Amino acid sequence: MTGIYLLFILILSIFVGFEIIRKVPATLHTPLMSGANAISGITLIGALSLAGGENQHIATWLGFCAVMLATVNVVGGYLVTDRMLAMFKKR
Amino acid sequence: MSDFSLLINATYVFCALLFIMGLKLLSHPSTARKGNILSSLGMLIAILVTLLDHNIISYQLILAGIVLGSAIGVFAAKKVEMTAMPELVSLFNGVGGLASLAVAYAAIVSDNPLTTFELSVSVVALLIGAVTFSGSVIAWAKLSERMVGRPVVFKGQEVANVALVIAILAIGVLLVRQPDVTMWHYAMIALALLMGVMLVLPIGGADMPVVISLLNSYSGLAACAAGFALENNLLIVAGSLVGASGIILTNIMCKAMNRSLVNVLTSGFQAVVTSDMKIEGEIKALSPDDAFYVLEAAQSVLVIPGYGMAVAQAQHAMKELQELIESNGAEVAYAIHPVAGRMPGHMNVLLAEADISYDKLFEMDEINPRIENFDVAIVIGANDVVNPAAREMKGSPIYGMPVINADLAKNVFVLKRGMATGFAGIDNPLFFKPNCRMIFGDAKESLNNLVRQFAS
Repeated sequence: MTGIYLLFILILSIFVGFEIIRKVPATLHTPLMSGANAISGITLIGALSLAGGENQHIATWLGFCAVMLATVNVVGGYLVTDRMLAMFKKR
Repeated sequence: MSDFSLLINATYVFCALLFIMGLKLLSHPSTARKGNILSSLGMLIAILVTLLDHNIISYQLILAGIVLGSAIGVFAAKKVEMTAMPELVSLFNGVGGLASLAVAYAAIVSDNPLTTFELSVSVVALLIGAVTFSGSVIAWAKLSERMVGRPVVFKGQEVANVALVIAILAIGVLLVRQPDVTMWHYAMIALALLMGVMLVLPIGGADMPVVISLLNSYSGLAACAAGFALENNLLIVAGSLVGASGIILTNIMCKAMNRSLVNVLTSGFQAVVTSDMKIEGEIKALSPDDAFYVLEAAQSVLVIPGYGMAVAQAQHAMKELQELIESNGAEVAYAIHPVAGRMPGHMNVLLAEADISYDKLFEMDEINPRIENFDVAIVIGANDVVNPAAREMKGSPIYGMPVINADLAKNVFVLKRGMATGFAGIDNPLFFKPNCRMIFGDAKESLNNLVRQFAS
């Protein structure tokens, strides 16, 4: 049953994603991609319990690597997107 | 549902809402920055609330990972040049893929026994993560010219790819049935990494916008699959938002080249078809001095930038020229083709960096109906995206591709280093048209030359 329930969430959020992202203008496509990079760093919250959990040695270290890599995505992605968006001005 | 898990999950709903709102605000440049901040706030809240999870018993490694990752992220984000944005985005795609690979692998080897379903989705997450990682590394190497940008094809490539897919499927089944045999783990990771390499190798420089978008989508799907493996709703929602975004961009890029995704992924452009149509006319060069007189008399000027502008770093010189033309009483507009540059929106970011107002930037479909009204069209380092052969030469490899009809403007100036053909390797009839003049040399030099003429 859990699988079906998760599938439900998947399908609905894909449709939401299509609807809102279709409205992003071409001029913002690069910030959209780097912003999406940051959001895909959400893997971090999955990695947290693996890195801090009671696990075998190898799983813990893999969790640590994942925490570090995903943080690079989150921090770097949001910062560089902000840097770009700050340049888009209208006069 | 025990201790904090209700709180955690309720907060996740709120975070998902913030991500969606953030993306929604990205629909206009004036609200986009607020949207990005909203989205990052959602991420921060999600991370903080996850730390309450009762499964987390030690925080040292987590803290170390976050500090290290933040330092790398801040460094990369602050240091990167705007022209190197495609490389950075493709590296970030790769990092995201590697993170999902690590999470999925950790889930497979952890002490918690997994159901067949969880195991299967973990393997899928492992696969997508590895393909995203190695594919992005190759894309990054091509973009930063650490390896040849042209398509790498060899005999029997299709056969090799089919064999690879079959091998991955077979190992995948074995891994799910015998999760304790570590040999399957290593085989799976190795084959998936190889597949990422094979996916990007046959793709050439100008097709990079498609590949970056596709890998962007994969990095989201990898997070999504990891979400299935860990039964985490927020991972699924956020991952599929990213996946959807990448798929939409991939689709836009393919449409802009009039090619299917399969065509882009499996081949470079087809061999040039010899066409009976002869290109008539001759190429006429123009000195910047003469170009200045035409520009001085012009009432409206259209600028069409391409990858060459990024290479020559000519955007600041263009901004200077724009101001001089405007103070001369003429109108300046920019026309951006969807696949100009090496990633979606590449040109827009460069022009924004040069402080050019975004309301002067127009999409191809907005500018084409009124392109006849422009006195001068200046093409800076673009070739295939302004090639009229796409409209008028049946049999041309790019026939049918939507292009900016620069040749319909009253005068066309093409800033170009030499007579090399564009990525498609075909002649451009635009250069032979009677209303077209070539200004040879480095684009930045030529523009600075024009700026000097105007100033004096």
